[in-house]
Amino acid sequence: MPYRTAAGILCQNRQASQLQPIHDERVNMKVILNAEQIARTIGRLADQIAGAETPRPAGTSSSDNGLAIIGIRSRGEILAQRLADRLSQKLRKSIPCGTLDITLYRDDLNAPHSGSQPQVRTTEIGFDIDGKVIILVDDVLYTGRSARAAMDALIDLGRPKAIRLAVLVERAGRELPIQADYGGCKAEVRPEQSVQVSLVESDGKDEVVVE
Amino acid sequence: MSIISRGKTFKWHRKHLLGLRDLSVDEINYILDTAKGFEQISTRSVKKAPPLRGKVVVNLFFEDSTRTRNSFSLAANRLSADVIEFTQKASSVSKGETLLDTARNLEAMGIDIVVIRHSAAGAPMLLSRNIKACVVNAGDGYCEHPTQGLLDVYTIREMKGTLAGLKIAIVGDIAHSRVARSDMWAMTKLGAEVTFVGPPTLMPAEVGRLPVKVSYSLDQVIEQVDVVNMLRIQFERLGGSPFPSTREYSRYFGLTVERLQRAKPEILVMHPGPINRGLEIESEVADGRNSVILRQVANGLAVRMAVLFLVNQAAAENLG
Repeated sequence: MPYRTAAGILCQNRQASQLQPIHDERVNMKVILNAEQIARTIGRLADQIAGAETPRPAGTSSSDNGLAIIGIRSRGEILAQRLADRLSQKLRKSIPCGTLDITLYRDDLNAPHSGSQPQVRTTEIGFDIDGKVIILVDDVLYTGRSARAAMDALIDLGRPKAIRLAVLVERAGRELPIQADYGGCKAEVRPEQSVQVSLVESDGKDEVVVE
Repeated sequence: MSIISRGKTFKWHRKHLLGLRDLSVDEINYILDTAKGFEQISTRSVKKAPPLRGKVVVNLFFEDSTRTRNSFSLAANRLSADVIEFTQKASSVSKGETLLDTARNLEAMGIDIVVIRHSAAGAPMLLSRNIKACVVNAGDGYCEHPTQGLLDVYTIREMKGTLAGLKIAIVGDIAHSRVARSDMWAMTKLGAEVTFVGPPTLMPAEVGRLPVKVSYSLDQVIEQVDVVNMLRIQFERLGGSPFPSTREYSRYFGLTVERLQRAKPEILVMHPGPINRGLEIESEVADGRNSVILRQVANGLAVRMAVLFLVNQAAAENLG
């Protein structure tokens, strides 16, 4: 069971590098995680979180009642929901899950955008985050700026006991002193390349590609 | 999960909001969708977010206003902007300074957004053509009051899901109402059927050219409509005697408990405020279960935050 070990990331990496890169008609595109690997990675993240965060046994009444998952819009929201489902099954209790929109906290709002315009959406967190251990979920950790924005947004909502960061894919290029606590796949990506995460709920299929 | 499906490549490009007449349906919907994201700022423990940090918003009000001015101030504050309040009595306008001189002086101090209310229709447009800052119309003459129109359609959309196919009556002093005009543009663009209701003396001369129906009897329309918006009788604007007495006005055009009983049970009762209780609307109706008047006030804040955010975004990208 290589995915349950503490060195899960390395195992995952070796596993991934042994795969034949799948080249299809999309030129210069390499699939780094397929649907099965995404599912396994989420399972492994859930195992690691369950092992490390050890929520209090059910029945001990306390204002601090453990763990909650919050996904960053929009792919992080889907991953957060999947992670919360796995954790709820595993821990046999319902783990609350919410969605955070970080647009208002971005640090590039007053700069021109070459790509799409930042669009404000809703934050939907139906529980009190005070005193909870929050697992913040995003699809790709790259510069760290989204994670910074998300932490500021969370702290305007309350005072969590701790915030941890879980991501599906890590790539080099950090611009802030931020690292993932729970990392999925470490992707070798050149600076001019981008990592595209597709998920069934939003894109019709589960796949991570570098292009 | 209701997400991502809106991934269309719409781009907001206006650095001024002068009126709703010129906005497309997509633009109106984009403002309403954006406002949805601002609603929760007002309900959480820290009622502030940082997107306008370091920006300066001027409330340039040449007409009396408490609600709209406070709503804009609070909206700007919640987005972390600094706000300068500039009202006619406290300013050198009374010393003969022109609108443009006033605005240019303010601009020299490094402001980013001007929120203007003026008794002359077109004043916001004039301003937008002469200064670099973003301009948001907070009411000009009898022309437009775009943020009121937006918060009205936002409230209707929130309560009814959509405006398409709804019948809406706007009742009262249409001639002197910029709210009626902004409402009309927004509501008809979003697919509602609008009827102006009031005495002939309070109908605008150009009403035949507007995309609305006209009725001189509230009793004839009250049973058919899904929404009724009761305008305030603005005594300060009424010269002469457009109706014989306030008692007669409320008898024919006031929204009474008795009239409401003949309406559809789920009718929305709206009013832009401040209310003349007992004149255009009875207290029991204003406070009753069909009334969404306080929702309008709360939604006004979210809509104004969205508008300030969007015009600043267009300015940041050198658009509009």
